[in-house]
Amino acid sequence: MRDILAQPRSILSGRLRWVLIAIFVVIAPFAMKELELLTNFGLITQVNRALIFVALAQGLNIVVGLAGLLDLGYAAFFAIGAYTFGLLTWPSHDIEMSFFLAIWICALVAAVFGIIIGAPTLRLRGDYLAIVTLAFGEIIPALVRNLGDFTLTFRGRVLIEDYNLTNGSQGLTPLGRPNFTFLENLFGLDKGALNVGVNPTFWYFAIVITSMIVLFSAIRLNNSRLGRAWKAIREDETAADFMGVDPIRTKLAAFAIGASFSGLAGAVYASMLGAIFPELFKFQVSIFLLIIVVLSGRGSIWGVLIGGIIIATFDGVFLAQVLPDIFNGEVLPEYDVQSLRWVFFGIGLIVIMIFRPQGLFPPKSIETKIVPPVAESLEGVQNS
Amino acid sequence: MSVILEAKGVSKAFGRLVAVDTLDYTIEDNSINSIIGPNGAGKTTFFNVVTGYYKPTTGKVVFNQRNISGSRPNQLTRIGIARTFQTIRLFNNLTARENVLIGMHHRLKSGVFGDIFRPPAVRREEAKAHEEAGQLLDYVGLKGYEEHAAKSLPYGHQRRLEIARALATQPQLLLLDEPTAGMNPNETQDMILFIRKLRDERNLSILLIEHDMKVVMTISDKVTVLDYGKKISEGQPAEVQKDERVIEAYLGRRALEMLKK
Ligand SMILES: Nc1ncnc2c1ncn2[C@@H]1O[C@H](COP(=O)(O)OP(=O)(O)OP(=O)(O)O)[C@@H](O)[C@H]1O
Ligand SMILES: [Mg+2]
Repeated sequence: MRDILAQPRSILSGRLRWVLIAIFVVIAPFAMKELELLTNFGLITQVNRALIFVALAQGLNIVVGLAGLLDLGYAAFFAIGAYTFGLLTWPSHDIEMSFFLAIWICALVAAVFGIIIGAPTLRLRGDYLAIVTLAFGEIIPALVRNLGDFTLTFRGRVLIEDYNLTNGSQGLTPLGRPNFTFLENLFGLDKGALNVGVNPTFWYFAIVITSMIVLFSAIRLNNSRLGRAWKAIREDETAADFMGVDPIRTKLAAFAIGASFSGLAGAVYASMLGAIFPELFKFQVSIFLLIIVVLSGRGSIWGVLIGGIIIATFDGVFLAQVLPDIFNGEVLPEYDVQSLRWVFFGIGLIVIMIFRPQGLFPPKSIETKIVPPVAESLEGVQNS
Repeated sequence: MSVILEAKGVSKAFGRLVAVDTLDYTIEDNSINSIIGPNGAGKTTFFNVVTGYYKPTTGKVVFNQRNISGSRPNQLTRIGIARTFQTIRLFNNLTARENVLIGMHHRLKSGVFGDIFRPPAVRREEAKAHEEAGQLLDYVGLKGYEEHAAKSLPYGHQRRLEIARALATQPQLLLLDEPTAGMNPNETQDMILFIRKLRDERNLSILLIEHDMKVVMTISDKVTVLDYGKKISEGQPAEVQKDERVIEAYLGRRALEMLKK
């Protein structure tokens, strides 16, 4: 029998390909460093940001692409991940948890919020679901802004008074960073020798690993019992219910797992920036992620990876740096070219929807041509 | 023979329209039962009540001594009720094999972490499920179509795939809503033999909605006629065929009078 767990077609060429990709991934940051010196454009930090967005988009792709649930407020989970990390590591809270522990807790907390936010939307379909998720996407940053000073009373008794949980719109800073003192001790290095700070090359590798964890999970899930159930719900929720798939559990699993990817990415992002503000998780972030998923190809994990890198880098390097550099020199000195960002994405979306509604890299196309039937009648097969 | 399903005084109303009206109905183990009746008689609605899509407005449905009124469809699938649809409802963008695998969903054990890390037990379970799905496709005559998108299959094959998917749930009671609709006489003949085979080889009880009288009269152990949600006749095919109320329901009173002349 054919191996159903999809081995690469040829071991050698398969391995060779992976080795080449690995080499590319490893030398990329050093090459980018050189390029940065040459061109004066920020590259590594933009690629880091792009890879964070890829991890986020993978989570959204589970919800939207695999399970078919249109979520317009997905940035809420990004915020929850980042702020959980903030609460756990912001010095004023006196927890200062280790980065390596905190990021998993953030993923878990985001997953729990995925279920909490997902639960009231379970009976909604299509447009209604989109509107409710949109609202949640607005509520979470608003909540973060208002929890900078909150008082909780219960039946006249003050339980918590003027507590500063999120530091309101000033944001949380500084935040915890990965700590390698044990390695410093182990190798007898100077204290602080492995202090990563904002070193973009370190963060590049940290984010590559994070994205790989997310990518691995997404690939495995896509081709699994749960992944099939998601796709069945997407194709026909009622029929799936009749075939023994519980739509409620299946959708909650999509919300939870999608959110956990986002929680993990949010935590790493928060640590890299060292500072987070409610403004980082605005509605536009949800829309940007949705654009990545839709332009790349809903339900296509490799598509979202490639498309996400291209779109987010295009956004961060070309739209944010190269274009202003070209135009603001002499042509349009006063004009804020970056305000055209959404025009670009809008046009891109329209063009794709007209010419390639499945997205740039749709899921592996399944055999659609008809081979000559092997057995003509229902009886035939059994008797032959 | 024992009774596997019993509907007691089941009604389902949509506002003022009573689609199924205080219906008593029993299904014996290992039997083929047909429900016939004019369009809009309430046949599909009765299916939807039995499979948990609608909660009966009054009355109750008992399956293997267990009151199932109010259970969700997926819960009933787990305890052995499966169905096909009057208008085909496959998972169009999934392959034939994946469609069948969905039918096995409730029998597979892997959870989220099993799905991600794929320990040997999960690998074995998946491999076995894929193989079993292939066998089921073979059983319904779809060998060679395993990796084809459901939407790309010809109509008759889609009907078979729906049956394979339903069989994958390992039902005790299989409900088929007009399985021969849109089929040519040859395909219909195949379907008759196939339904018999299902009962005999898979130890199933079958509940069938069918408009093709030839099919109904050939394979049914029991035929029930519904009209305006009410049972107007029930019995062995030959008895029902002669029943004046049935002729009247189908052809109208005047036709009956003309026939009598
Ligand atoms: N969801 C619904 N809401 C309102 N009325 C409905 C609904 N479903 C069915 N009906 C009505 O209930 C009656 C019975 O419909 P049902 O589909 O059960 O008929 P049927 O016997 O299966 O007919 P057909 O042979 O055409 O398939 C019809 O009058 C139909 O219009
Ligand atoms: Mg019907």
